[in-house]
Amino acid sequence: MCGIVGLLVKNELLRPQIGQLMLPMLIGMTERGPDSAGLAIFGSSAKDNQRKISLYTLDPGFLWKKLSDDFLHHLGSDVHLQQVANHAVMTTELDINLVTIWLKEHYPTVHVLSIGQLMEVYKDIGTPAQVAERYGFENMSGSHLIGHTRMATESAVTPAGAHPFTAGEDWGLVHNGSFSNPNSIRRMLAHKGINCVTENDTEAACRFLEWRMREGDDLETALHAGFEELDGFFTLLMGTKDQLALVRDPFACKPAVVAEHDDYVAIASEYRSLAHLPDVKNATIYEPKPEELYIWKV
Amino acid sequence: MESLDLEQMSVRDINQYLHNTLPETNVTELEIVNPTGEHNIAVGINTECSLDVRGHAGYYLGGMNKKANITVHGNAGNGVAENMMSGSVHVKGFASAAAGASGHGGTLVIDGDTGLRCGISMKGIDIVVGGSIGNFSGFMAQAGRMVICGDAGEGLADSLYEAVFYVKGTIKSLGADAQLESMTDADHKAVQELLDFAGFEHDPKEFKRVASAKQLYNWNADADQEY
Repeated sequence: MCGIVGLLVKNELLRPQIGQLMLPMLIGMTERGPDSAGLAIFGSSAKDNQRKISLYTLDPGFLWKKLSDDFLHHLGSDVHLQQVANHAVMTTELDINLVTIWLKEHYPTVHVLSIGQLMEVYKDIGTPAQVAERYGFENMSGSHLIGHTRMATESAVTPAGAHPFTAGEDWGLVHNGSFSNPNSIRRMLAHKGINCVTENDTEAACRFLEWRMREGDDLETALHAGFEELDGFFTLLMGTKDQLALVRDPFACKPAVVAEHDDYVAIASEYRSLAHLPDVKNATIYEPKPEELYIWKV
Repeated sequence: MESLDLEQMSVRDINQYLHNTLPETNVTELEIVNPTGEHNIAVGINTECSLDVRGHAGYYLGGMNKKANITVHGNAGNGVAENMMSGSVHVKGFASAAAGASGHGGTLVIDGDTGLRCGISMKGIDIVVGGSIGNFSGFMAQAGRMVICGDAGEGLADSLYEAVFYVKGTIKSLGADAQLESMTDADHKAVQELLDFAGFEHDPKEFKRVASAKQLYNWNADADQEY
């Protein structure tokens, strides 16, 4: 199981409401994924010389203020921290490698969920409604997003095992399905210095695709390499700085429905998550074909 | 016409009404409004009636249907009319994967395209598709007929038994033991009948017949056992 949703708002006037438009979509996928939920949203952009780092900790009493004080003290740079429940989005001008190494050394219980100029990631265990409430999904604004509701089948129900997964910058992925060779993918990537932080199969696929693109592949070429290397069944929905992309495995084992409207493009595992979108009656509704790459630009 | 609103009633309430109450009334025409992609709408009806579903349906619409004539004024999700026994289901939009799976009887009409595995293991149902059908359709089809006015995907009618397929468009590939055969007068008549039922206008002479070569019916010990 698992449910996926994606929304790209074409009408700029509706972008402040993207969270509100998405919420019934995510909750509509509760039966497909009741144990965890998550969201990668492409919202307000950091400055060109800045990056946003989405962080989370399992420690409910974690002192984020102390982290930002230590950051200034050790690294000599102010840092902006926007905290929501046990997540925080850090905005910094410092080199990303320096910051992540510093975090690992001084705050090993704080985990990096994503890095990017636009992307922020929120994910946790709980029903989609609970997770959405905890992190205020309804009030989020942005141009596009990908979301996921999880019914774990191959690795533990933990916040880290929830989707989306990210790699590199402004690149996130949600997955419905399962891969049967994540161990060999992980081993292959480890030889190239790319290490996974969870046991999750989707993370391995996410890092594989990001590695291919870092090596110079465009998304389409990377996905074709994925068809060769990744064994399993999947509907993958991916978000980048300025696009959403969707692909289904050659057997189309896992569902997907798309609604294209003048104001938005919405994607979900099932139509019931699209049924409550405004004016969906006038949207063009179709099922993506297997092994074809669908890309929608912001 | 009796109107049932899925925003006011649950799917279970509606299905229990269709199973238990409807046979005791004189109602013959019904509609279900606001289906909003819910699963299992109108499954297991066992009463003659005409039912209009006004909107898109989720999985298994009209599953196990007996006697009812159901029209979906929208799209249908996976497994529409799966295991249908008699009556009909007409989808005005497209249908997802496994449409008409294991159907024993009745007629399933889909105006648009269908996804993968349409008519998998069909056992006597007739299926008429106005558009194209996805890969692996008619896998292990045992009996019944399928008319495809568009194109067929990969592996059409793999390992089929006595079911027959009529395709107007192109066939990406035939499945194991499926073969093209010439159309007879009886085939033209059958296609015409099914097209008339569906309300589609095509010339039956433009259809190709696909049926079983029957080479898998019996174990062939002399064949190269190369699997």
